[in-house]
Amino acid sequence: MKVSLFITCLADHFYPEVGEAVVHLLRRYGCEVDFPPNQTCCGQPAWNTGLEDEARAYARAYIETFENSEYVVMPSGSCAGHVRYYYPQMFKDDKEMYRRACAVADKTYEFSQFLVNVLGVRDVGARFPAKVVFHNNCHMQRELGVFEEPLTLLRHVRDLELLDNPRYDLCCGFGGAFSVKMPEISTAMADERLGIYVGTKADIIVSCDGGCLMHMGGRAERQGLPVRTMHLATLLWEGVKSNGR
Amino acid sequence: MAADPHNVPDFKTRIAKALGDERLRGAVRYTADNLRTKRNAVVADLNEQAAQRMAIGSFAELRRQARRIKEHTLKHLDYYLEQAAERIRQNGGTVHWAGSAADVVRIAEEIAERRQAKRVIKSKSMASEEVMFNHALEAKGVEVVESDLGEYIIQLAHETPAHIVIPAIHKTRRQIADMFGAVAGRELTTDTPTLTKFARETLRKKFMAADIGVSGANFLVAESGTICLVTNEGNGRLTTSVPPVHVAIVGIEKLVPTLEDLAVVLGLLPRSATGQKITTYFNMITGPRRPGEPDGPEELHVIFLDNGRTNLLGSKYEEALMCIRCGACLNVCPVYRNIGGHAYGSIYPGPIGSVISPLLNDLGAWTDLPQASSLCGACHEACPMGIHLHEHLVSLRMDTVAMGKADPGFTRVMKLWMAAWRRPAIYRMAAKLGRVAMRPFVKKRADGTEVAESLPGPFAAWTNTRNFPPIASRTFHERWSDLEKEGKR
Ligand code: SF4
Repeated sequence: MKVSLFITCLADHFYPEVGEAVVHLLRRYGCEVDFPPNQTCCGQPAWNTGLEDEARAYARAYIETFENSEYVVMPSGSCAGHVRYYYPQMFKDDKEMYRRACAVADKTYEFSQFLVNVLGVRDVGARFPAKVVFHNNCHMQRELGVFEEPLTLLRHVRDLELLDNPRYDLCCGFGGAFSVKMPEISTAMADERLGIYVGTKADIIVSCDGGCLMHMGGRAERQGLPVRTMHLATLLWEGVKSNGR
Repeated sequence: MAADPHNVPDFKTRIAKALGDERLRGAVRYTADNLRTKRNAVVADLNEQAAQRMAIGSFAELRRQARRIKEHTLKHLDYYLEQAAERIRQNGGTVHWAGSAADVVRIAEEIAERRQAKRVIKSKSMASEEVMFNHALEAKGVEVVESDLGEYIIQLAHETPAHIVIPAIHKTRRQIADMFGAVAGRELTTDTPTLTKFARETLRKKFMAADIGVSGANFLVAESGTICLVTNEGNGRLTTSVPPVHVAIVGIEKLVPTLEDLAVVLGLLPRSATGQKITTYFNMITGPRRPGEPDGPEELHVIFLDNGRTNLLGSKYEEALMCIRCGACLNVCPVYRNIGGHAYGSIYPGPIGSVISPLLNDLGAWTDLPQASSLCGACHEACPMGIHLHEHLVSLRMDTVAMGKADPGFTRVMKLWMAAWRRPAIYRMAAKLGRVAMRPFVKKRADGTEVAESLPGPFAAWTNTRNFPPIASRTFHERWSDLEKEGKR
């Protein structure tokens, strides 16, 4: 199976180890992984700040880059949601582009979604002794419709205690540019979210999105809270390695 | 009420004030959580019953039906408005058309003058808040008293509602007891019986002495001309039946074609609003008192309110007119729960307010509201009508940019950034440049990891409250060649 990687701008710049983990895990299941070098960002920042034409240009570039791929996999539920949900909408007045956008959208997957739903993996063979709470990224659960998949993977990690997320519906307040346009509200939201997670006594907040992790991680550090953040792919891969593969 | 954004301090000031008020935030979160929990339970219950074929449909099915009904009604709104008007007249009522807020006030003033009215009692109505009804009539020397407990509280506090359904959501029991105590001239305890007893006794006198009763309408059934009121206190019933004149202010989007349609939307409203299957009172008012009837008003007036609503018809925002004002989107909104209703500066707060306040008034004057969202989509998920609130917020941001009203500095930076990053070579180069530019601000910690704790310029908005990670020493792009080789081995 051939898989093209889309490494989101946040993972590329700040969390490259997340991309590496994805590569290793996909290869473990026999995927032939390629990384088209001309990719940049999915254009979500442009879309969400109201720059419609710019957002469309990003979508066009993504479509051109990946339309010959068999599958596209990315370590972000938010970006995958953007591609799947909004790309077709952007071209609804252009029949030919709409068709191409739908075709690419249909084969675009968030990493855990691909692992569970396409590769049929439940247990990656990892061991990770920690108390973990899973943070549901808003766009992943609401636009992409991915909810159970990451939980399934985590439930099969040995020695990992998966705690209930008491408010899986509550945003962490990142919201892309929102975090700098409305920093006070954004921080208040992070505090509320983190307060609930600290209350669960979790060691680690795990998520499928660099944005949420950067936001909650940055705030938790600043406040000296006893909880850290980690991407699901990194956790799984480290767990596999420590389990002696 | 602040329909005019220039009457209120700017958004940043309002936010800072709200965020600094722990008591307000605590009260809002507490009640919002309560409502949300109850709503979720009653929705789960409905779904269960539907699965056993004991209900007319699951929540999702009711939502689909309700959307179909509203889509149809909005598409043929002129027809249904005419039908409703004709029925109301046949039933003995009088119909008025108000294009603007000022029209409502003028019509109400005319009625008050003709009846030489001194006192008006009002049941809870967002439409009347929208047109600043109390303010206008009081200026004419007419006393206006709110009969809904929550509305009465905020009237005593000289405030506007902080929530569509729970106007006094931001008040604590202690604050309410103090306000009532000031009116009563004695100390009141904070328990519910004491507070409701006081309100009931005070308001009863007002009901009996009122010349006009003013209500809104949760729905208006076109085929029968019936005004429908959903309340929990019975105050709606007293307001519309005790005084000799009843005036209903009805937004034109409140129409449903038939009584069967009513059953569908009514299945959604209390469940979404307060987590109740039905409310304690549900009044259907079809005409004034008829000969031989023991009660009811002598005169019934329906004022149909447009106030910007027709502009939405046929536009990409038409869907917003499906709103049944249940407040579910407020209760789940992570922004609303942290800043409360007044910070929005508009009579409709929360996600729906951020959508319709700019649309019903003037987007140019309300550009901040669509920005005040992380676009998490919880509102859309909760909305019984399935209104795509967060998508409309994005759309309004686009309109703001197109109008040239978006924050110029921010927009320029975003445009430059987005234009540059689209080119793969520049995108890759930017990582290298960024690494160098960040270097002076990156600190090495004892454990060897690195962090940026204060960044200059626009990035300070992040680092004032949150740490920022440094750009990796090798980006994924830079690591790929190694990974690729590894794969070939
Ligand atoms: S937008 Fe939806 S959730 Fe919000 S008040 Fe209106 S109907 Fe209720």
